[in-house]
Amino acid sequence: MAATQGSDRQKARLSSGVIPYAEMGYYNADYEPKDTDILAAFRVTPQPGVEATEACAAVAGESSTATWTIVWTDRLTDYSTYQAKCYRVEPVPGSNPPQFIGYIAYDLDLFEEGSIANLSSSIIGNVFGFKALQALRLEDLRIPPAYVKTFQGPAHGMVTEREYLNKFGRPLLGATVKPKLGLSARNYGRVVYEALRGGLDFTKDDENVNSQQFMRWRDRYLYCMEAVNRAMEETGEIKGHYLNVTAGTMEQMYERAEFAKELGSVIIMIDLTIGYTAIQSMAHWARAHGVLLHLHRAAHSTYTRQKNHGVNFRVIAKWARLMGVDHIHAGTVVGKLEGDPGMVKGYYSTCRDNLNPTDPDRGFYFDQDWAWMPGLFPVASGGIHAGQMHQLLDYLGEDCILQFGGGTIGHPMGVAAGATANRVALEAMILARNEGRDYVREGPAILKQAAQKCAPLQAALDTWGDITFEYQSTDTPDVVATPTLAG
Amino acid sequence: MHITQGTFSYLDELTDEQIAAQAQYGIDQGWAPQVEFTDDPHPRNVYWEMWGLPMFDLQDAAAVLHEVNRCREAYPNRYIRVTLYDTSRGRQTTGLQFIVNRPQHEPGFRLNRQETHDRVVRYTLQSYAAEAPHGSRYDGEGA
Repeated sequence: MAATQGSDRQKARLSSGVIPYAEMGYYNADYEPKDTDILAAFRVTPQPGVEATEACAAVAGESSTATWTIVWTDRLTDYSTYQAKCYRVEPVPGSNPPQFIGYIAYDLDLFEEGSIANLSSSIIGNVFGFKALQALRLEDLRIPPAYVKTFQGPAHGMVTEREYLNKFGRPLLGATVKPKLGLSARNYGRVVYEALRGGLDFTKDDENVNSQQFMRWRDRYLYCMEAVNRAMEETGEIKGHYLNVTAGTMEQMYERAEFAKELGSVIIMIDLTIGYTAIQSMAHWARAHGVLLHLHRAAHSTYTRQKNHGVNFRVIAKWARLMGVDHIHAGTVVGKLEGDPGMVKGYYSTCRDNLNPTDPDRGFYFDQDWAWMPGLFPVASGGIHAGQMHQLLDYLGEDCILQFGGGTIGHPMGVAAGATANRVALEAMILARNEGRDYVREGPAILKQAAQKCAPLQAALDTWGDITFEYQSTDTPDVVATPTLAG
Repeated sequence: MHITQGTFSYLDELTDEQIAAQAQYGIDQGWAPQVEFTDDPHPRNVYWEMWGLPMFDLQDAAAVLHEVNRCREAYPNRYIRVTLYDTSRGRQTTGLQFIVNRPQHEPGFRLNRQETHDRVVRYTLQSYAAEAPHGSRYDGEGA
């Protein structure tokens, strides 16, 4: 094979045949990544008999300039710039079949400014179907500030959202209207009104609530805004309902978003299924019109959940921050949906912090510097309830949105009582934390005490107090039990 | 009605000791406390009157409580809130805000509906108290 013809790359490039990726410069252990390079960490599972360095070099090649054979037209370019370079390969301890983490550097010139579509077409494009690999997973991306600054970023961001809403020092509270399908618009609005007047800040359409025959979007918007305004009258607080504008075409989405704006809604929502470019378009629309933008990560688990193949959610979270949404669902730790505690903390940090330092426990393979791009609100949703308030505050912090769907609407005393239970539990826990109490350990006692003056909270604790979802996560860190400093 | 703006509005009115503890929490974060008051509790009334300037570099929450009580003496029948302001880069916004005084009677809001085209309704929230001029909005209040 051409691979045996020696190390003279110039010569190899002129020889026809199947590419030996490593030798062609796609593996270069001496390469020192530049500050402006995009860096990727891939989890690579080679087919039996394929060398790790060759497999990782193939990933670099197939996600940048290479095709399967040698092309003389390479020689018309400064190809060594455009070649991605795998600069490090590390075996994953205890993996079987053997997995490797391949670190790959991409020159910034490879990517169009401000386009996640372009970035993802390269980095998670054809390469994921490459036959020489059994499986491939993109674990992390280092987006250099030089590229970060080519994106709009969150339409408003956490700080501006808090100032719009006039709500500080505590997580925001929400609930998804249930049942998600089948309610008429008028009945649906009833749930919105009750939940908001009871004490929630937001209610939410579910991801597949778009415009079905039992509830067309325009009717839903009208009834929901009646409910939002009635709840504001009852409480003197700003309230919102995430009106889902997801539709089959951009034109329909713009039409729905314009109508939501006309009705005075502070927020709209979209689903991840609309695609990266549509998300970026809606983020620009949202900034131009002063409307907050919520992103529901519908379908992400099809490619984020399995540890050996797909894209880690932290990469999707990074893209979401760049694409410019104000909210993204990012896991609960304690709820019903997938999420290792360290990994979920990493997703939250990706959404909120200015710097994400390399940290295997959080799944960070690189230092990520956001160049002060505003943070967005991570949203915890799915199987959480008031009895977990101390754990939620401990794991997730106060800059997040806690969404209690079943935990509000399923309350035995009614929707408004369910909302009040959640709000009282939250405020009691914040009060205790700020007073310096050991709120994680004393959490159940703090809730019990607050419930003495709040019958709805007592009922919530009686109903759900013992419910937990203890299953092993599928996506866990590779870190060995006792990591060494040298590691 | 009971306006639920601010962080602890769903709990019992905070005692002076509890107010001081919350202020001290903010001070320990490096935040600047400020006392503000208003007789217009509309949720989009951002600019409550400042009871003096923010207390930058304050160490002891006792001074906050002192100012809260002075403000209460001057305006016993208005809304008073404590705001703790976070100056750190990337925040530069309020870190915590809570109400520490309310009028005896909170008349609440009227929701005005203007019916327009195609079943579209324009909503406006109006504070009943704010229909009277400043200074005479709540019972028993002097100018």
